Amino acid sequence: MPTRLCLNGVSKNFVMHLQGGAVLPVVAEVELAVAAGECVVLGGRSGIGKSSVLKMIYGNYRCEEGQILITDGDRIVNVATASPREILALRKETIGYVSQFLRAIPRVSARDIVAEPLIERGVERDDAVSRAEDMLARLNVPEKLWGLPPATFSGGEQQRVNIARGFIADFPILLLDEPTASLDAANRAVVVDLVKEKKASGAALLGILHDADVRERIADRVIDMEAFAAEKAA
Amino acid sequence: MNLPVFDDGAPLLRASGVTRYYGTRIGCTDVSFELWPGEVLAVVGESGSGKTTLLNCLSTRLVPTSGVVEYRMRDGAMRDLFQLNEAERRLLMRTDWGFVHQNPADGLRMTVSAGANVGERLMAVGARNYGAIRGEAESWLDKVEIDTGRIDDDPRGFSGGMRQRLQIARNLVTGPRLIFMDEPTGGLDVSVQARLLDLLRQLVGEFGLSAVVVTHDLAVARLLSHRMIVMRGGNVIETGLTDQVLDDPRAPYTQLLVSSILQV
Ligand SMILES: Nc1ncnc2c1ncn2[C@@H]1O[C@H](COP(=O)(O)OP(=O)(O)O)[C@@H](O)[C@H]1O
Ligand SMILES: Nc1ncnc2c1ncn2[C@@H]1O[C@H](COP(=O)(O)OP(=O)(O)O)[C@@H](O)[C@H]1O
Ligand SMILES: [Mg+2]
Ligand SMILES: [Mg+2]
Repeated sequence: MPTRLCLNGVSKNFVMHLQGGAVLPVVAEVELAVAAGECVVLGGRSGIGKSSVLKMIYGNYRCEEGQILITDGDRIVNVATASPREILALRKETIGYVSQFLRAIPRVSARDIVAEPLIERGVERDDAVSRAEDMLARLNVPEKLWGLPPATFSGGEQQRVNIARGFIADFPILLLDEPTASLDAANRAVVVDLVKEKKASGAALLGILHDADVRERIADRVIDMEAFAAEKAA
Repeated sequence: MNLPVFDDGAPLLRASGVTRYYGTRIGCTDVSFELWPGEVLAVVGESGSGKTTLLNCLSTRLVPTSGVVEYRMRDGAMRDLFQLNEAERRLLMRTDWGFVHQNPADGLRMTVSAGANVGERLMAVGARNYGAIRGEAESWLDKVEIDTGRIDDDPRGFSGGMRQRLQIARNLVTGPRLIFMDEPTGGLDVSVQARLLDLLRQLVGEFGLSAVVVTHDLAVARLLSHRMIVMRGGNVIETGLTDQVLDDPRAPYTQLLVSSILQV
């Protein structure tokens, strides 16, 4: 299967100017590749830099060293050097991201949050909304919540809205940051099925999953991030 | 924020080395960027950092001391805004652009009705049919969530939030491609701000508008913009994708700014 995502020599430090310019090394010389149809899981203790890697791939954190190569149709884009415009284009068409926590937008309903990626891709509003409702139903989000902004939802409900939003569109690359952390067994099983469907459709998935059971059912490979711990390389 | 509608043609607006002095005092210095169709750019910074000066230079309300501002006209030609003649510039301001002031009274005519405030802009671009103008005004009042029963009232009796929504309707009715906004939520209560922000977010997305939004409020920038310029003392400190600048700020000043707020 073709490679969709490839990191070469990716390092990340945070320079904390408010702490006298202290340098916090996070990861060093990360090498990894994810092929279409594959689900790769990042492993390693908390604070090792797993979320930071996903955020760099999504362009949310800067990548000042190394390359983050994304196959986008018939071209390859390096996120590390891409312009904001190019990153926005990747987010619209190519990279989906289920963040660890949902960022609720005042006054925007769960239904609309989930439908948004489809609408942005030009799907008719009614169609997008009905697919959003199907997705919310599948993730067992109570129908009475669909029309409400998720700011007041429980952690698990917000997480499921976030998952629905991430899985609704057919992104060729999907990043998952602990999507099952606050879910019960039934909903974890739904996520496992969703991931399997994505893999079957040829998406490349890169995730962080602490739940051993879920991990076993969906991961093709686990990459131990200890190998890229910044202190070791320094 | 919604992702922009992509148009691979060319930028809509280009600033190159835009500098404005007030005598010897710096307003803004050496600001360069491109704004693409469908993109919302936030200009953030503390009071006195040069945001309004920059916005006014971009929108030709102020003449830069040096630097160039170019705009892609509807015929596709990129034109230096300060080389346009007065008639061309006026047409641009009336049709292709909107300007939303912090204080609605600066952008509205307070002594004519809400309907006339909206209808006037249409008449300025040649609309003549009274029924059609009124119909359009009604539909815009509805879009900005003003009860159409208030169409004949003048905005002096409106709340701050309503006035601001009316100002937005007045600006959008001519189908502009570019909106300049100076602290659009500045004078409003927090709950009223949320409603206005949501409305702006929707309208910008629905019409694929480009916008330059000046704000000192990073939460407003987070919600509305794709890209950000951070200013201080008239200088550009940092630029980039909005969530990148807010979540992984690089410049010492930006780190200070981001750490000073509760959570955005
Ligand atoms: N925006 C940031 N600014 C400064 N430090 C950060 C930032 N984001 C993450 N870190 C630090 O980077 C390290 C790695 O964090 P993270 O990537 O969240 O790890 P993990 O997901 O493996 O738990 C931690 O020490 C964390 O505090
Ligand atoms: N008309 C003016 N005359 C003299 N100085 C001005 C004038 N307008 C703004 N300034 C100065 O220019 C600087 C930038 O101001 P401004 O653009 O209004 O900043 P902001 O909008 O970020 O608060 C400030 O030092 C301000 O005092
Ligand atoms: Mg993490
Ligand atoms: Mg100002």
